[in-house]
Amino acid sequence: MTSKIRIATTSLAGCFGCHMSFLDIDERMLNLAELVEFDRSPLTDIEHCGSCDIGLIEGGVCNSENVHVLREFRKNCKILVAVGACAINGGLPAMRNFIPLEECLAESYLHGIGVEHPQIPNDIELPLLLNKVHPIHEVVKIDYFLPGCPPSADVFWKFLTDLLEGREPSLPYELVHYD
Amino acid sequence: MSKTLSIDGQEIPFEDGQTIMQAAAANVYIPHLCHHPEFTPHGSCKLCTVKVNGRNCSACTFPAAEGQEVLNNTTDINADRKKITQMLFVEGNHFCPSCEKTGNCQLQAVAYHLNMLDNHFPLFYPQRELDASHPDVLIDHNRCIFCTLCVRASQEQDGKDVFALSGRGITKHLIVNAPSGKLKDSALVADDRAAHICPTGAILIKRTGYTIPIGQRLYDHHDISDVSLATAETQHDQ
Repeated sequence: MTSKIRIATTSLAGCFGCHMSFLDIDERMLNLAELVEFDRSPLTDIEHCGSCDIGLIEGGVCNSENVHVLREFRKNCKILVAVGACAINGGLPAMRNFIPLEECLAESYLHGIGVEHPQIPNDIELPLLLNKVHPIHEVVKIDYFLPGCPPSADVFWKFLTDLLEGREPSLPYELVHYD
Repeated sequence: MSKTLSIDGQEIPFEDGQTIMQAAAANVYIPHLCHHPEFTPHGSCKLCTVKVNGRNCSACTFPAAEGQEVLNNTTDINADRKKITQMLFVEGNHFCPSCEKTGNCQLQAVAYHLNMLDNHFPLFYPQRELDASHPDVLIDHNRCIFCTLCVRASQEQDGKDVFALSGRGITKHLIVNAPSGKLKDSALVADDRAAHICPTGAILIKRTGYTIPIGQRLYDHHDISDVSLATAETQHDQ
């Protein structure tokens, strides 16, 4: 028996919407489960990525932990895929790039409407925020990109079935959307 | 006998005085953003770069001539066009999911046409302004690609002079002809051609953005090459 293809997934500075869209492949998940098994992923709760064939990264890079996780994935995944608008161009979280970080924190934790006990969170457990949000291709090499906010379930299906069946992945016009 | 040139081996008739883009219009799609058939060519976006007898030229400004061998839809040229489009994306702030123009945007449509799946380059995230002062028209400078179609439409069709480009390089920006620099103090009205010509979501008519839902818009289902050829054919018939 040949071993199954191992897939790891994670969401960095994302909203898990891409993961939800992935789950929208619905009953096709059963077909997929015959061919693949999941390593580190919100679907498995495995905490660290082992050696994998495919890594799916949702979200951009907004803090130090994102950088560590992304590097862990790059180190362990043969094929690393940027999934969704945020991984590709920073997306919605990158909207903070136009406001100085100090002002963002002050608005959220000191002067925002309804803030009680105003203080900037500062705990050793909390990853430090980067000055700006970055797309993941600025940090590690990315092999494939799946645009969309989110990419539709059919994008995931087309991409993964192409790879699993040994074809060079390609997306037809109808599946390429940035919104 | 009309004169002809060849584009990717296809014989294309033309008349004296036409550009390669004009000759191609209803026959062959040449990707473009700053070109519009109703306005004086600007030749700035470089997406319409073709090889004419072995040399790179902008099809929208280069005169058609008898016997020209033009290469247009080739792997190499389209790879260059994709890089140019990626540069346009990273030099501005193009967040399609939060843009009213998504699905009807020509910048996005050209990127779809070229199967652009990533930005390739590091993103600039330039600091750009938004001018929401006008009661009916909004300018989001984050999405401006400096095609000057609004500049030309205002001058050539509206008989006004509302827009111009100022500055160079990364500081280049669209300026508004008003003492305050604000759109509300300019001569622009919502019916002006200049308010409707923007290929991206930089100049928008307020309160109309979601009349057609996302997913049912022009380029959601139609490649800009088909749209462009069909439009050219309709104009030719009129």
